[in-house]
Amino acid sequence: MVNTKDILETINMIHEENLDIRTITMGISLYDCASEDEDRLCQKIYDKITGSAENLVSVGQDIEKKYGIPIVNKRVSVTPVSLVGGTLSPEGYIKVAKTLDRAAKTLGINFIGGFSALVQKGMTKGAGNMISVIPESLAETDFVCSSVNVASTKAGINMDAIKLMGSTIKRAAYLTKDKDSIGCAKLVVFANVPEDNPFMAGAFHGIGEPENVINVGVSGPGVVSSAIQRAGECNLSDLADVIKKTAFKITRVGQLVASEAAKALNTPFGIVDLSLAPTPAIGDSVAHILENMGLESCGAHGTTATLAMLNDAVKKGGVMASSHVGGLSGAFIPVSEDAGMIDAVERGALTLEKLEAMTAVCSVGLDMIAIPGDVDEAIICGIIADEISIGVVNTKTTAVRVIPAYGKAVGDSIDFGGLLGRAPVMDVKRYSPAKFINRGGRIPAPIHSLKN
Amino acid sequence: MKAVITVTGKDSVGIIAKVSAECAKYDANIVDISQSVLSEYFAMIMLADIDSLKLPFSDFVDAMADVGKERGLSINVMHEDIFNTMHHI
Repeated sequence: MVNTKDILETINMIHEENLDIRTITMGISLYDCASEDEDRLCQKIYDKITGSAENLVSVGQDIEKKYGIPIVNKRVSVTPVSLVGGTLSPEGYIKVAKTLDRAAKTLGINFIGGFSALVQKGMTKGAGNMISVIPESLAETDFVCSSVNVASTKAGINMDAIKLMGSTIKRAAYLTKDKDSIGCAKLVVFANVPEDNPFMAGAFHGIGEPENVINVGVSGPGVVSSAIQRAGECNLSDLADVIKKTAFKITRVGQLVASEAAKALNTPFGIVDLSLAPTPAIGDSVAHILENMGLESCGAHGTTATLAMLNDAVKKGGVMASSHVGGLSGAFIPVSEDAGMIDAVERGALTLEKLEAMTAVCSVGLDMIAIPGDVDEAIICGIIADEISIGVVNTKTTAVRVIPAYGKAVGDSIDFGGLLGRAPVMDVKRYSPAKFINRGGRIPAPIHSLKN
Repeated sequence: MKAVITVTGKDSVGIIAKVSAECAKYDANIVDISQSVLSEYFAMIMLADIDSLKLPFSDFVDAMADVGKERGLSINVMHEDIFNTMHHI
């Protein structure tokens, strides 16, 4: 029997503290769409996606009503198209991107992910062709998201791929210059990419996944932040308990929604992604959690420790609440999507270097960071290589979603609106890593027996 | 299965009557009510059995919200599972 206190707590979380389900993402395999004929491939992809996810949006809306909790995004992730489009020309891949976009529009979903390639050890011709048209594909579509895995702990770091991604990101920024270089907000470079991630821009339907699957991403920075505020002057052990209990409750809702959606869509349940995903809305910020834990500003010395504790407690609380946990699972620290991060950057407290250090202890990486549009390609490659090596050496996922905002300089800002938010342009070091990047080849996989 | 109906807003005559009548109309059987008025602010939590509900649950949610709007009240209907899941292991 539910009691009044529990009812009011839940309602307060939803209405006052922005508790929501961030996304229900349906993973769809495209293996059976493979065809030598590009028009036939596109038609099969369109039919498969629109058929499999036909009821995704309506089921999502029904669940929202049933439990009174917002489900912010309904999304689809597909098999990396570079795996099913092996024989395609670059132009053929653009056609596939447009097909994905058309399917997304038909379904009424918010994003579709899977314009992706896995090139951690080397690049197939198909993957090369796909990557060569990522900028055009993102410029000519609205909902397609793209990701490229350039490294893994087992394979090492493919520096040739990183070099290619530097120029790809610059070109994506240029081709979408009229919209604050939004193409780069839909493109992410990974190390150790998870294959069941429901969050964009990095979602795709992994190689070992079933035909279709439902993955759910929870949110709730506002709920954690308020719980910490209520806890008052307690010590860190007690604070960790408060975070764990709150994360447990948030994740339980995610599990409920995931099971319900899987049942209604007659699709297997995959995972719940235990993440603290912020939005630009007031009271929905991970930076504000860190500040409520005791920092004057996010970015202060002590931020990495605070975040490490938060991230760990969220996982510990969440893992018991769900039958299967996966995806990225950790606190997200995107700059543009978090009002507290934006403030911290604007007051000069949070720098790129501090963000990089923070990514060593949380998911997922340097995310939604605007840098000056005139930054050299090699410097972008250096930023990627640094971040990716943190992931490879620490056996974790890391990623880079950086926006060299065309025509913008430090002091300017870019504004995408909605969930993607607003980002002040951050300064980067201008010393060149070009000679290192241009060496090419692969950085060997790290040794994992002599730890120190 | 049960639904939790929460009603909040400025107090006036006949709120419980109106909400109860709507529940009866759709065969939602009220099993528990907790209600208070603080400085003219009305707050009620109602538990209703929805096993014999005449219409789909999501339509019931809309119908109750509409009744609320007519009287300047906020009426939320949520399936009890969200509370059970969140607060009980």
